Amino acid sequence: MSAIPLSTRRAARLYTPPATLAGKLHDAGYLILRRITQVGVLLLFFGTLHWGWQVMGQPVLRGNLSASELLGVIPLADPFAVLQQLASGHALQATVLLGAAILLVFYALAGRVFCSWVCPMNMVTDLAGWLRGKFDLNNLFRLQRGTRYWVMGMALVLSALMGVAAFEWVSPISMLHREIIFGVGMGLSAALGIFIFDLLILKHGWCGHLCPLGAFYGLLGNAALLRVRFDDSSCTHCGECVRVCPEPQVLNFKKAAESGMVTAGACTNCARCVPICPEDSLDFALRWDAHPSPGASQPRTPNSTVRNTP
Amino acid sequence: MQASRREFLTKAAQGAAVAACGGLIWAQLLRQEAAASVLALRPPGALAERDFAATCIKCGQCVQACPYDTLRLARAEDDAPIGTPHFVPRDIPCYMCSDIPCQVACPTGALSPELKNIAKARMGLAVIDTESCLSWQGLRCEVCYRVCPVKGEAITIENRSRVVSKHALFVPHVHSQACTGCGMCEDACPTEKAAIRVLNPALVQGRIGSHYRLGWLSDTPITQDFKPPEAPPAVGPAVTEPSAPKTAPGMDVLNQGIDP
Repeated sequence: MSAIPLSTRRAARLYTPPATLAGKLHDAGYLILRRITQVGVLLLFFGTLHWGWQVMGQPVLRGNLSASELLGVIPLADPFAVLQQLASGHALQATVLLGAAILLVFYALAGRVFCSWVCPMNMVTDLAGWLRGKFDLNNLFRLQRGTRYWVMGMALVLSALMGVAAFEWVSPISMLHREIIFGVGMGLSAALGIFIFDLLILKHGWCGHLCPLGAFYGLLGNAALLRVRFDDSSCTHCGECVRVCPEPQVLNFKKAAESGMVTAGACTNCARCVPICPEDSLDFALRWDAHPSPGASQPRTPNSTVRNTP
Repeated sequence: MQASRREFLTKAAQGAAVAACGGLIWAQLLRQEAAASVLALRPPGALAERDFAATCIKCGQCVQACPYDTLRLARAEDDAPIGTPHFVPRDIPCYMCSDIPCQVACPTGALSPELKNIAKARMGLAVIDTESCLSWQGLRCEVCYRVCPVKGEAITIENRSRVVSKHALFVPHVHSQACTGCGMCEDACPTEKAAIRVLNPALVQGRIGSHYRLGWLSDTPITQDFKPPEAPPAVGPAVTEPSAPKTAPGMDVLNQGIDP
């Protein structure tokens, strides 16, 4: 059920890696940018703590990914951690609530970018995914991708029952960034566990199936303004984007043609699909700049009609 | 129809079972993690341990604010729930900054902003092992007393005389109403393993109970009972030398005739 009948589409071409170094760098552009932001954020924390980095006499970024203070004034906090703490039935100071609100708004606008642009665990799971491709390993079992939403719900229920932030207390992500920034300890074994799980047991096992933090940002990402735009008229359905996507269920050609973009909140805006598309049918755009393709069926909701009116 | 309903119910039951198993294991992990709480010494102003555990977001801003590198975020192998700030006095004690920078840095209120005076902090309680304390053996040490930042209140030296031919002991005592638990005494103690240590008060402090009355410390109703009844107000000129009454309860024939 594609918007344009398959018979009238051009024949599919597959992605061919560029021969020149410049071309390779161009195609790896978003990947390089993602690594720069991932390492850069950790480096800002690390440099502020260990080397006393300052801007205008203020510490650059104090704390870690759970909660921090930017330039001595702007509080930031992990909204899911704060939500768990509130679920545990404890009042919190305004500073951390404001910090959580700031990031909540940011990720609601930018989408699930925490997972692919900030979270240090992404480097671990990307390495596992890359190696898995090299060795052509099979999954040990299948797991619903929706499992993570149940894990997220359970984190909140357990927080209420046990009186502590249930996921924060066992979070391998927090252990990883905390120990990278504040000193290496046994917490890194949690990251090793996830690496092995992703490599040998289940493809995209942690980020794609279990992580409640990713589930939280995924729910938030449904409202995102920043989207992967989809041009149905040039798409040949070659499937290269689906092959590289860590959340392939978000690349639904029919839905994408109807709205002119990837609408699912689970999309991490990682941009793996953008440079690999042989027809340049995918790129980043703001929600209101994405239009359904002329041949696509009419949008169903009145909202999207309004949104898509130029 | 029957089959699909049966299938649905089975699926639902199985899903619930997986959730229950996962939840139980997860809860057990949390309980295990929390068990280390009682061993941890927290930064000044920390809420009661249960509230602290729930409100601390483990961001490490207190650790970063500490000018003496006293505070650390607990790693998995430390005696504190993972990621929470704690300190080990024998390594680096709390030097009790008067502006309490760790507490100021806390974004959640896990280090309560209500603590204004560092001397009112209660991070722990110093406890003396009298069997390894040099002063208690009869040597003149008293190092803990000298380094104590609330000297003379948190630690006092008591002089105890002994039998002839042995000089008096000068022994340290800790007073919980003034001890902040900073751990400078533990850090300074010269014995191989510190003879004075800071611990969570919950591990060492007892409670007398309200039904015991230390009568010598206060005017309790019991001592009031034994006070002699007050004399009636004097009427007429005061009698300087009261004489024995002619009659009184208990006087009988044996008392007669002996009056002068």
